Amino acid sequence: MFDINPGLMVWTVITFVVLVIALSKYAWKPLLKSLRDREDSIRQALDQAEKARAEAAELLKQNEQNLVKAEEEYQKIIREGKTFAEKLKEEVVAKAHQQAQREIQRAKEEIQRDVDAAKQQLRSEVADLAVLAAGKILDETLDARKHKKIVDSFLNQLPNS
Amino acid sequence: MVDTLKHAAVSAADTIHVPAAHVAAEHAEKFEFSHLLAHMQNSKTLEFPGGHIDLPQFPPIHLGSVTIDLSMSKHVFFLLLSALFVAVFAIYAANRNRKNIIPKGIGNLFEIFIVFIRDEVALPNMGPGGLKYLPFLLTLFFFILIMNLLGLIPYGATSTANISVTAALAFVAFIMIQAVAIREQGVAHYLAHLTGGVHWSMWPIMIPVEILGLFTKPFALCIRLFANMNGGHIVLLALIGLVLLFRSVIVAPLSVVFSVGVLMLELFVAFLQAYIFVMLTSLFMGFGMQSEHTEEDAEHSHS
Repeated sequence: MFDINPGLMVWTVITFVVLVIALSKYAWKPLLKSLRDREDSIRQALDQAEKARAEAAELLKQNEQNLVKAEEEYQKIIREGKTFAEKLKEEVVAKAHQQAQREIQRAKEEIQRDVDAAKQQLRSEVADLAVLAAGKILDETLDARKHKKIVDSFLNQLPNS
Repeated sequence: MVDTLKHAAVSAADTIHVPAAHVAAEHAEKFEFSHLLAHMQNSKTLEFPGGHIDLPQFPPIHLGSVTIDLSMSKHVFFLLLSALFVAVFAIYAANRNRKNIIPKGIGNLFEIFIVFIRDEVALPNMGPGGLKYLPFLLTLFFFILIMNLLGLIPYGATSTANISVTAALAFVAFIMIQAVAIREQGVAHYLAHLTGGVHWSMWPIMIPVEILGLFTKPFALCIRLFANMNGGHIVLLALIGLVLLFRSVIVAPLSVVFSVGVLMLELFVAFLQAYIFVMLTSLFMGFGMQSEHTEEDAEHSHS
């Protein structure tokens, strides 16, 4: 069992050397190459995926920022609109108020004028009536004293205005 | 040994059926055991189901005092068969993997081992510079593995259970280890390393020790593979031999159960030993590739 057979050793060495030479060229080289290629492509794909992921994250961040900005802008617009509407409302109300005041003033003045005119007219009519009454009294009993008394009492009966 | 070789024509399966009545009990037992053992020996005939063929014989070549007998034998046949298997499967796998971007089937199987040898054996032991020796390691691994496995199939023979084969493989490994060391360090550095880096007065002691160290590594490789591949077979034969020893069928179930267990162990050992052989070879090659300082560290951490 332990005796060395040189012939078998020669066979082994020759077989092995031939196998190494043949397989190096026809088996291991292509096998290792396809292995390396695949590893490279996987590594590349992973790198690309990582890059794409980073890009997507960047985009997402940008989108979020844009969204926040848009939100702010829209809030601002609403705020501005509100203040503008408020101002407009106040202005309109103030104007209307003014207008109304003016109208009221004018109406008052007109009323005053009418009242004055009416008073004037009344006075002149009262005078006429007095004269008429005086004439009638004179027709009956013309007494200076009586006459004066009548006129005074008449005048006193008139309203003060 | 030679006697057992001569009786080797009959397989163990046949042996069990040899009617013991024909021969004297004591002789028969001896006869059968020798046949069992012969099953592990090299022989000039090749057995297969239903018969056997005599392998072609060549006259031995005399080279000085050495006689080289290049005749075909069972172990040579299985050696060549393993080489053929490895070549056919590896080239087939290579062609398949070239076509399939995602490897499948045998291409995938090969790739598992290739990736393992590359990432777990070559890279840790030799670093990225060792990748150019990967084809050598891969061939060594698959060659040894298939030789180991062929011994487990019926009518097969384990070429690696022959010390000549493991010695030759260790010889190749030895040449490779020295060649790598010389190539990576240069001759001067290689020779300087043989002095062990000690004071010159210690050289007469150090140089023989270092040279001895060069040879012990492949010697251990040779013996380890040889012994491991034999060990399982011997256990198997011993378990089967129990049936013959007790001359009883009652022992058979136990023997078979244990045999199956041992066979599974052998399957594992076939892979393990191929891996260990390649791992150690790459480790020793790696020593030759590193600088002296790190080499010392590596040896210390490994011993």
